Amino acid sequence: MGLLAKAPEGRVAALLDAEISRPAFTWLRAPEIGSTMVRARAGATGAPFNLGEMTITRCALTLETGEVGHSYIQGRSKADAEVAALVDALMQTAMASRLRETVLEPLEAGMATMKAARAAKAAATKVDFFTMTRGED
Amino acid sequence: MYVAVKGGERAIENAHAWLAEERRGNTDIAELSIAQIREQLSLAVNRVMAEGSLYDPDLAALAIKQARGDLIEAIFLIRAYRTTLPRFGASEPVDTGIMACDRRISATFKDLPGGQVLGPTFDYTHRLLDFKLAADGEVPKAPSRDAETGNVPHVTEFLNREGLIEEAPHDDTPPPDLTREPLEMPADRALRLQALTRADEGFTLGLAYSTQRGYGRNHAFVGELRIGSVPVEMDIPELGFAVEIGEVILTECETVNQFTGSKTEPPQFTRGYGLVFGQTERKAISMALVDRALRWEELGEDNVGAPAQDAEFVLYHADNIQATGFLEHIKLPHYVDFQSELELVRKLRREAGAQQVQEAAE
Repeated sequence: MGLLAKAPEGRVAALLDAEISRPAFTWLRAPEIGSTMVRARAGATGAPFNLGEMTITRCALTLETGEVGHSYIQGRSKADAEVAALVDALMQTAMASRLRETVLEPLEAGMATMKAARAAKAAATKVDFFTMTRGED
Repeated sequence: MYVAVKGGERAIENAHAWLAEERRGNTDIAELSIAQIREQLSLAVNRVMAEGSLYDPDLAALAIKQARGDLIEAIFLIRAYRTTLPRFGASEPVDTGIMACDRRISATFKDLPGGQVLGPTFDYTHRLLDFKLAADGEVPKAPSRDAETGNVPHVTEFLNREGLIEEAPHDDTPPPDLTREPLEMPADRALRLQALTRADEGFTLGLAYSTQRGYGRNHAFVGELRIGSVPVEMDIPELGFAVEIGEVILTECETVNQFTGSKTEPPQFTRGYGLVFGQTERKAISMALVDRALRWEELGEDNVGAPAQDAEFVLYHADNIQATGFLEHIKLPHYVDFQSELELVRKLRREAGAQQVQEAAE
């Protein structure tokens, strides 16, 4: 679910639709936009405080075969929340391993590549100190 | 006497139509898209998210466009929108120790595990206008280098090992929330930190600067400044466990401050804490300095009467939406109020005049 929540907009839908045609489902809770209060800790490790809110979208659905899918994703895309819940439900069916291979793994790889590229740029800005000749020598 | 007046609807409508036209500007110039603002004015977007207290880059970009670049107006729009959202819950406290750092520097230790990582900073630029930006041009690709994996430890952990710095012991007291309960004094640290993280950057900067210049001086060093993304987890009631619901970019600043000790504590370093949405470094450092100044009482320091030590003064004036709301309302029609003032002044002048005439006669 974490992977689906952080996916770039439209990415999960593109991967899923390339693989299967979406099954029928009924809403348990239609997509709804709201917020979550993000908390943090004073001094990083101390008592919690409220840092501010972030937008999230959630929904829940049932497949005709009875599996229930939930999603809570960052942002305000109802279409992304729907497809995330659908994948969550389908992961409980016989299609799980196929979707892991064709949806979740490419998603994970794509996001890992983006993260690694950022980390590599940060690493290039790391300071290598060297000591100059000291004045008194 | 209260006099009801009507009118002005057409003038208001026309003013708003003209506002829309002025917002667009010269139509020969291409219109700005929300994505352009989000990607190319990202520090403005970050400020609007931080002070609007809502993490959503697209909404902040839209607010900046609608507000014609007036960031306080944009923050106002975000705050207003925020109140329309149902709240689904609160996250687990984010763990900045697992931050994927774009930037991480320490002004107190040169060689530290994880190193000094400058990131995309304005520091060490020459502050000369770059006219190349006025012409269209390709941006050269930023160099990259193999990155170390693993978490970057907090600088305060090293000092903690020697017992030289105060601890921030783990605690799970549910924090008060000023968006649900009005901000009242005395405000505990959790409430102060919430108010400071959404406080006006300029006001916070001014107060922090005042502590450096001597109004409640607390000798701050930037022990550590880090910027990067952290995952946000929330307990999902339907599932009964916490899952990642997204990721936010944060700026964290921990100051290390001198402390000569008190009756109960040995001399050691104390800490100020700043944590703000987005890449918002000036604000995070300012927040840490002001947080530290406001902690005088719990650390047993003297109140020297400095503005930054006065929680009521700081917290009640730090919110730019409250401030601008009250400040700007005085430009709205006050005809009846003013009419009564006018009557009063005229009456006082009549009385003073009559007295003078009487004195002259005597």
